[in-house]
Amino acid sequence: MGRALINVPKTARKGEIVEIRALVSHPMETGYRPTGDGRFHPRDIINRFVVTWNGEEIFSADLFPAVSANPYFAFSAIATESGTVAFRWIDDRGGAQVETAQITVT
Amino acid sequence: MTRRGVLAAALAAALATAAAAQGDGRLSGFAFMGPDTQAMQKDDTANPGMLWVAEGEALWSQPAGQSGRSCASCHGEAAQALPGVAARYPAIDDATGEAVTLDGRINLCRQRNQQAPPLALEGRDMLSLSAFVGHRSRGMPIDPPDDPRLAPVRERGEALYRLRQGQLNFSCANCHDDNAGGRLGAAPIPQAHPTGYPIYRLEWQAVGSLQRRLRNCLTGVRAEPFAYGAPELTALEAYLASRARGMELETPAVRP
Repeated sequence: MGRALINVPKTARKGEIVEIRALVSHPMETGYRPTGDGRFHPRDIINRFVVTWNGEEIFSADLFPAVSANPYFAFSAIATESGTVAFRWIDDRGGAQVETAQITVT
Repeated sequence: MTRRGVLAAALAAALATAAAAQGDGRLSGFAFMGPDTQAMQKDDTANPGMLWVAEGEALWSQPAGQSGRSCASCHGEAAQALPGVAARYPAIDDATGEAVTLDGRINLCRQRNQQAPPLALEGRDMLSLSAFVGHRSRGMPIDPPDDPRLAPVRERGEALYRLRQGQLNFSCANCHDDNAGGRLGAAPIPQAHPTGYPIYRLEWQAVGSLQRRLRNCLTGVRAEPFAYGAPELTALEAYLASRARGMELETPAVRP
């Protein structure tokens, strides 16, 4: 997998709703694209995306071949405690990409 | 209000808010996009072109070739690298006297100074580097050099721009001058100003160069597209840059 751009606010007040955004580079090869010799490019998509906050899952999604290349997610979470927000993308080849961001909750 | 009046009012409102309006009637392709796509371009954490910029920034300081030098060895760290340079291409290469595009310059630099093999045009590494260098000029006006040696190249580019070709027998000007602001099927026809290349095009689901865009249009009129790096495409790039002089560079732009 390639590069990821993640956006987590550096600070938040306790109980505040924060927006979290994540963009990752991935071809999301559907498996339906012909190679020209009667076969198909093998499917290679991110099939699972999981976000944890200090180890606790706060967002997850199953992805399917209809999702575009370089998938983008934006969601909200309630800031409860300072710590690490970890993003994990898992693709069909078993590769996982992990990115983390720190947030300070006051 | 008549239906036409409503449309005119809506268009006027859209044009008034267009970030790239020049005041002289020239508009970036940005002005022709829907608000969702505009928002995507404006937010660096939603603009997928920034993935290529990040990749290019990493390549910038990676040594290549027998010289063992990286781009940063000569041009300095990524954070200070080459401001405004992308806004001045295509330019004349002094060693050969020929016009070169930014991608062409990157490859010349690799071959001459890094003793490295040229990058594949339209390959991921080339697009990443040119997106990175282009991004370093974001917000600056397009500023083609006043080099008299570029004049014949631009003339050739303009001739190509006005040349009817392909089975549909259209020139670039037939759509982008005569019918700009109209629609081709569902798609708006922009004024063909190269303000944001390389662009992230939603249809491509990837970043692509101006030459890819030009080849797309050539295929669209059922003409045989010029090969990547062909002098015809360099000439077209040079003409388009002179036509867009003073417009703001948006690299990496998002386009539908």
